Amino acid sequence: MRSGVIAQKLGMTRIYNDAGEHVPVTVLRMENCQVVAQRTQEKNGYTAVQLGVGLAKVKNTSKALRGHFATASVEPKAKVAEFRVTPENLLDIGAEITVEHFVAGQKVDVTGTSIGKGFQGVIKRHNFGGGRATHGNSVSHRVHGSTGQRQDPGKVFKGKKMAGHMGDVRVTTQNVEVVSTDTDRGLILIRGAVPGSKGAWIMVRDAAKVSLPDNAPKPAAIRAAAQASNEAPATEGAE
Amino acid sequence: MDIIRQLEAEQAQKIEAKRTLPEFQPGDTVRVLVRVTEGTRTRVQAYEGVCIARAGSGFQENFTVRKISYGEGVERVFPVYSPMVEGVEVVRRGKVRRAKLYYLRDRRGKSARIVENTSVRARKLNDATREAAQAERARVEAEKAAAAEKLAAEKAAAAEANTAE
Repeated sequence: MRSGVIAQKLGMTRIYNDAGEHVPVTVLRMENCQVVAQRTQEKNGYTAVQLGVGLAKVKNTSKALRGHFATASVEPKAKVAEFRVTPENLLDIGAEITVEHFVAGQKVDVTGTSIGKGFQGVIKRHNFGGGRATHGNSVSHRVHGSTGQRQDPGKVFKGKKMAGHMGDVRVTTQNVEVVSTDTDRGLILIRGAVPGSKGAWIMVRDAAKVSLPDNAPKPAAIRAAAQASNEAPATEGAE
Repeated sequence: MDIIRQLEAEQAQKIEAKRTLPEFQPGDTVRVLVRVTEGTRTRVQAYEGVCIARAGSGFQENFTVRKISYGEGVERVFPVYSPMVEGVEVVRRGKVRRAKLYYLRDRRGKSARIVENTSVRARKLNDATREAAQAERARVEAEKAAAAEKLAAEKAAAAEANTAE
């Protein structure tokens, strides 16, 4: 199991593939996605990497977090999250993951916080049918109706669908396709919608239910390695 | 410019380098050249009808073309920046007073006609598109000629090399 990444949702657009077909895509951007800490079996009882992404002002970072970033000697991050990995896929502290981590066509699971809708009735929240519009209906057009039985059981069952707060919950969408990646700008293009608002932090990891393609870099696509390969042809060109 | 706009601008540029659509609006009769793939072969098919609407803006803009095919009304929506659209020819400019001509859906025959626009602006547009088309044709011809010349030169060079041997 490889590490996932944290990315920022920028919005949606469309692209046309080689066949000329229209593909709706969500654009995610990865910026300074670095390993901040490691979790190991001996020390923590499980293996994972803690990633940080984005840039936070030092003055807005708490003293505790400043110390945490200082031990890893990375700049303060706007968002920090952990990803469980298998021991062979553990990454060094300070390593920067790039978008080549994902290959075009692979399936990923994306996790975000859905857009909050506030307090909503049952029609919008649970797709209830609502009451009749006419035929003597009196102020019961959008109500949920009965919530239970009679004196026995004499209570409303737990989990009864009612009006209440909707949205602003952690949502994972499984098996969405990576359409392409853009190394220069650090973009990941994902087919279809991704939960969350624009600017929200999205966690992208390899799909749990689909096997990883063989050409995906293991344990991860790290910036330093990518730079070395990029620099080689550049210097040749300069000469 | 935000990244979404950038991505869209890049794609639009790529398409515009290949072809640009002439100016046309709802009411105009247009011939849309659509790329069709049948198995492994691709060819260009013309779809001619009245443009009844243009919707969206920028990279997301599209237009609707309506025609009567075997007595049945058919409408197709084409994205302006679709690679499937090879080009558009304006057959006739129509004089209409609405941006969306959905009323044509309820009409048949004589009442579904649109009067031709003979204003100065329409004539100018027609002239401009004709000129553009001519320039395009000239460019393609020139390219063809250049390619043929190059091929001939290469052949000659090869022949020379053979004789030298």
